[in-house]
Amino acid sequence: MSAIGPDGERVVERVSIARALNLGLRAAMERQPKVLVMGEDIGALGGVFRVTEGLAKDFGEDRVIDTPLAEAGIVGTAIGLAMRGYRPVCEIQFDGFVFPAYDQIVTQLAKMTHRSRGALPMPVVIRIPFGGGIGAVEHHSESPEALFAHTTGLRCVSPSNAVDAYWMIQQAIDSPDPVIFFEPKRHYWDKAELDPTAEPYPLHRSRVVRPGTDVTVVAYGPTVPLALRAADAAQEEGRSLEVVDLRTISPLDLAPVEESVRRTGRLVVAHEAPVFLGLGAEVAARVTESCFYSLEAPVLRVGGFSVPYPAARLEGEYLPDADRLLEAVDRVLDT
Amino acid sequence: MTSSTTGRTTAAGADTGPVTGPSTGPMAGRGGALHVVQLLTPDGRRVDDAEDPEVAAHAATLTADDLRAMYRDMATARRADTEATALQRQGELGLWASLLGQEAAQVGSARATAPQDRLFPTYREHAVAMVRGVDPAQILSLFRGVDRGGWDAEETGVNPYALVIGSQTLHATGYAMGVQRDGAVGTGDPSRDACVLAYFGDGASSQGDVSEAFVFAAAFQAPVVFVCQNNQWAISIPAERQSRVPIAQRASGFGFPGVRVDGNDVIACYAVVRAAAERARAGQGPTLVEAFTYRMGAHTTSDDPGRYRPSVEVEQWRARDPLTRLEAHLRRDHATGDDFFAEVARDGDAMATRLRRDVLEMPDPEPGTMFDHAYAAEHPQVEAERAWYHQYVAGLDGEDGGAGTRGGAA
Repeated sequence: MSAIGPDGERVVERVSIARALNLGLRAAMERQPKVLVMGEDIGALGGVFRVTEGLAKDFGEDRVIDTPLAEAGIVGTAIGLAMRGYRPVCEIQFDGFVFPAYDQIVTQLAKMTHRSRGALPMPVVIRIPFGGGIGAVEHHSESPEALFAHTTGLRCVSPSNAVDAYWMIQQAIDSPDPVIFFEPKRHYWDKAELDPTAEPYPLHRSRVVRPGTDVTVVAYGPTVPLALRAADAAQEEGRSLEVVDLRTISPLDLAPVEESVRRTGRLVVAHEAPVFLGLGAEVAARVTESCFYSLEAPVLRVGGFSVPYPAARLEGEYLPDADRLLEAVDRVLDT
Repeated sequence: MTSSTTGRTTAAGADTGPVTGPSTGPMAGRGGALHVVQLLTPDGRRVDDAEDPEVAAHAATLTADDLRAMYRDMATARRADTEATALQRQGELGLWASLLGQEAAQVGSARATAPQDRLFPTYREHAVAMVRGVDPAQILSLFRGVDRGGWDAEETGVNPYALVIGSQTLHATGYAMGVQRDGAVGTGDPSRDACVLAYFGDGASSQGDVSEAFVFAAAFQAPVVFVCQNNQWAISIPAERQSRVPIAQRASGFGFPGVRVDGNDVIACYAVVRAAAERARAGQGPTLVEAFTYRMGAHTTSDDPGRYRPSVEVEQWRARDPLTRLEAHLRRDHATGDDFFAEVARDGDAMATRLRRDVLEMPDPEPGTMFDHAYAAEHPQVEAERAWYHQYVAGLDGEDGGAGTRGGAA
């Protein structure tokens, strides 16, 4: 894809999230020679989700590094590369495989800037395909974002669509801080129209993706398309949902949420991760504090249960769906 | 005992130290015979090692002045260590990890580095840091709780101390991969080609991070020298609980050379690490150097080694002291007399006096600085909490005239 066609016209293409990420990585690598991509099976194979397809051929194995199968090794060596002035983008193959690297991320990557009093910044991006709904075996469907958002020193973001994916991966690479980049794997093939000449929206900003008047629904990553579907269904019943795509988990940007709640007086937060101590808890606490006198009902949370992610044949029961989200909408409206 | 005048020893035997038998000697190891490079015997005789001509050649370049400088480095580090232990006992440091006994492994290896090399220490590498120009007060500031270590990693080439053992071996390997990508390996330009030293201990050798570092370094032939100071004890756990084979032997399973060196022999430590560093800088990949040494003191000032190790073992190693053996060698073979050693001692005392003064004068950091550098770029959450904190503190001051506090938070 090229931004400008042969006659100088703007080219807008419908691309999937996976393709948008590929284009974003490519743009960052073309712009900055210090950007490296590293991970398991990301070279000749192009990654198990093909996000890095073609990069090894175009940028060579020094910049697209097929690593040994060792996640702590991937993140640990990325930290060393960052110390040498590189900007590594690590691919963790699946959410559940990040935990061998968890120590390096939490104990080293997140704290190196503080430890060195700013002398050793860590411009490292860790891409994690996360979330369920793909009928996978164990460890391939998890939503561990709260664990990382709870760790100071890390920034955490999650795009919900191809346009955001294209811009946000580049903005994450430009960040002088480590960014955990949660990709909604179930939606890798969802397409949107991408205009690479457009002005990108800031990385750490939330935004309203569907205006409404009755209930505010906060979502991020894979629950954004879910919330939009729920809003369609609600509309048929005469209820107007305003959907806020959080986009950034750390730092949180709750200004659009608060502005919305002051109008609707009602808030439901949806994520795939277990409700208990999930992002929804933080959003609920903060919005309760900032919008207490605007709220007409308790803030409700919709998400996974407090059980290990179940076997694939049960994930439809585990994951929040439009019905569960609308049940919460009913409750805040009935209060 | 399989010692000889060539200094060639085996892991199952020992050199001319006060060792009673191969199974109990301090150089004993498991897994059969392993060559141990030794160039200076415990009684200070300079011997040859025929195993690796490069090692012998590097040792041969050392002049009497070089050896005196090494002695001075070791003595200075030991004096700083003694002062730090005293400062901890007097309540001026929260903790201290003594390097006593490991001076040769640290000074020899650090002196084998070039200015452009990068060193990744753990929390006991005080002599390494000092050789590279780190002010010992900047090390003690970490143990006083003022900061995380006050030196500049870029300027000294010494990374911040790693407290999670083994973690830094991966950072070192990644850094070395960056050196490769910068084209700073194998150019033949001695001022450009660089390598990386990854320090760790016998305890850390059990950490998965260290094995992964070995895998990555081997796979990419990264210019990294793994310097394992096997000081025999990981707090209370003996080295044989970490490894059933000599740690140096592990390297062969990963596909790169491993060398065990007498870690109390500064000449051998220098020469072996220098040879490994040259190989790394030339693009010939990683080496594991196991410096076989002994932690003469406690793990830290919070530890009581009397609970887990026999004093007879400590006494055996005392006879292998790295400073006394180099002193004997300098006196016998390099016309170095009392004047030199007295001067080193005087300079050490003066350094210790300065060090003590610097530590006692260290101001506590301003409380608000804890918010600094949590992120490299501004983070709204941190800034909001910083603002709240300052407002809160200002409010407390206002409550009772600016001097007092509530709840004892003075």
